[in-house]
Amino acid sequence: MSEGAVRKRQESRSRRRLPAINPIWFVLVALIVALIVYNPYFVQPVGYMNFLKRAAPLAILAAGQVYVIVSGGFDLSVGSTITLTVIGSSMLLDNDPDATWWVIALMYAVGLAVGLVNGLVVSVLRVPSLIATLGMMITLGGVALVWSGGAPRGYLPDTFRYFGRTNILDVPVVNILPVSLIVLAVFDGALWWLMHRTNYGRLVHAVGDNPRAAMLAGIPVTRVRVIAFVLSSLSAVTAGILLGGFAGVSTDVGRGYELQAITAAVLGGAQLLGGRGSVSASIAGALTLTAIFTLLNFVGLPQPVREVVQGVILITAVAYAMHRRRHAAR
Amino acid sequence: MKRVIALSAALGLMVAGAWAQSPNFDDPEEFERQRQQLQMEPMGAEGEPWAQYLEDSMVDTSEYAKEGPYTVCFSNAGVNNPWRVVGWTNMQAEAELHPEIEELVHVDAEGSDDKQIADIGDLLAGGNCDIMIVSPNTTAALTPAVEQACQQMPVIVFDRGVNTDCPVTFIHPVGGYGFGIQGAEFVAENVDEGANVLMLRILPGVDVLETRFSAGRRIFEEAGLNIVGAEFTDGDNAKTKSIVQDYIQRGPIDAVWMDSGATAVAAIEAFEDNGLEVPVFVGEDQQDFLQKWKAMGLTAIAPTYPTYQWRTPIIAALKILNGEEVPGPEWVLPQPAITAETLDDYVNETMPPLHYAMCGCEELPGYPERWGGGR
Repeated sequence: MSEGAVRKRQESRSRRRLPAINPIWFVLVALIVALIVYNPYFVQPVGYMNFLKRAAPLAILAAGQVYVIVSGGFDLSVGSTITLTVIGSSMLLDNDPDATWWVIALMYAVGLAVGLVNGLVVSVLRVPSLIATLGMMITLGGVALVWSGGAPRGYLPDTFRYFGRTNILDVPVVNILPVSLIVLAVFDGALWWLMHRTNYGRLVHAVGDNPRAAMLAGIPVTRVRVIAFVLSSLSAVTAGILLGGFAGVSTDVGRGYELQAITAAVLGGAQLLGGRGSVSASIAGALTLTAIFTLLNFVGLPQPVREVVQGVILITAVAYAMHRRRHAAR
Repeated sequence: MKRVIALSAALGLMVAGAWAQSPNFDDPEEFERQRQQLQMEPMGAEGEPWAQYLEDSMVDTSEYAKEGPYTVCFSNAGVNNPWRVVGWTNMQAEAELHPEIEELVHVDAEGSDDKQIADIGDLLAGGNCDIMIVSPNTTAALTPAVEQACQQMPVIVFDRGVNTDCPVTFIHPVGGYGFGIQGAEFVAENVDEGANVLMLRILPGVDVLETRFSAGRRIFEEAGLNIVGAEFTDGDNAKTKSIVQDYIQRGPIDAVWMDSGATAVAAIEAFEDNGLEVPVFVGEDQQDFLQKWKAMGLTAIAPTYPTYQWRTPIIAALKILNGEEVPGPEWVLPQPAITAETLDDYVNETMPPLHYAMCGCEELPGYPERWGGGR
């Protein structure tokens, strides 16, 4: 084979590959360029690190949510799980820094239980995930409200807030490094590995794509689904720890996060009703969503106009993703 | 084309209608009135602001005199935010001080007009109430229900008002303009002309919040300050912190004015975490803000919308049922701001973060555990 033929083949392969890059990355790059234009300060470490720090909870949540979406469901309970994590931690910690570790462990145990219940209700009792997790969302919201009596009763000590608030200073190259970014890298790295490098990831895709075929092929569908819900709930607990750390206690921290997480996953090309989705693209979706919010804030549009723009951008993005998929499938 | 014209005409009518109906939240006369009320010497029991009043006008209530014991009924708009939680606790504790009150019947409308209208109907149909206290969810929607109640028993309205003068008295502190004035005047006194002020608001369309904002803006404009932005935070800590961080990146900020203090600490942390000095700050009387203020030695003020006003309806109810005269048709309570001089009187580290310090509850039964404090 001549050298020219090899190069030609490589070229054609790379040309064939080009469309495989998820368009969400181009959208994200465009938004970041726009952010830099509006705010040159953004290119400095403090600027983009603040941005990443702000996006970290949603990026973690979206990476968990994508498991449930790929497996063919929705998890609407994550917002309430976040709220319960923050409220519960502040109640249990009771200003005692020494309690941080067991409280965090307990919160993960709660997350595990929530995910187990979600998964079992969906796969054993055959309640549609939309309803099952909606019920869980209302239940957990109620638990948080009853527990706190409607007003936060305690502070989160600095040991707890470390993960969401602290910046490590004097780091080479980037100067500052938010701890939440490390949490993001570790947690989402693990989720990425599990989804795209292990057998379990393939099983999730199979179950979401065609549950019946998966079952007939001998895949333990129930176990795969339950694990997906557990991962989503654990991501919500992690996001709750970061959010509580970032901004302190409030009784409605998690409000709206379930929809943002689903939107981020869909922006990243995850297919509603299952079978397709990527952890890294969902993270890109989360960053994109955060970039849109930040940009609209920078542009300084009055709030009502901003909400209109926000809605239109979201619908357009999702509609484009659906359109692209329809053509890709052909 | 025809359809487009029809559609745009319909849309235009809707917008015009909404415009015509939208109440005036920037009323110069009311602004002036509240500005004066802030300066007035309160009348009534000294040291008990919940029993004091600013306007010297009394109503005769001899027609309502009745033998005890009494059943006091309370239709509550909701216990859906920390301010109302503290207030409702105040009211229950106040009622316990009076053995003449046999029962305080409480129905919680959970923030819904429809439920509150039904609640009032139920209370009237129940037939046990000697007097009714109403804290309306919204002004216009609750007016007919309150009018109906007035026909059967004496009614006391507090916090938000109704569009009728049938209640015996309407209890409220000075008001939203007063709140906005106190914070904005403090800012204007403590920064130079042309200084940059960031205004943070919770949400649009709520009368008591809109008036706070319009009063604040009026004073900043009069003082020649530069309002760099007026942003809605939804009362969300994370969003507040993000918004303030964005503004910090866009340019220097010399003062932050807030229409409500629940997210004040998050806003302060945005400066702290960026290694900046915290500018002149307007918060509210939440413990977390007061403690942060004291710990950091800020230049700050805390206007209040005092939760002690929840004690007053019980006091008024007993006076009315005894046939004693009460301040009315409006009982205007004093509305003090916490300043650097009085800060130490209100900071209490054992109370929960969103406890409203201007509660007048320190002497009430069950303090502090009942309000979530203690330990």
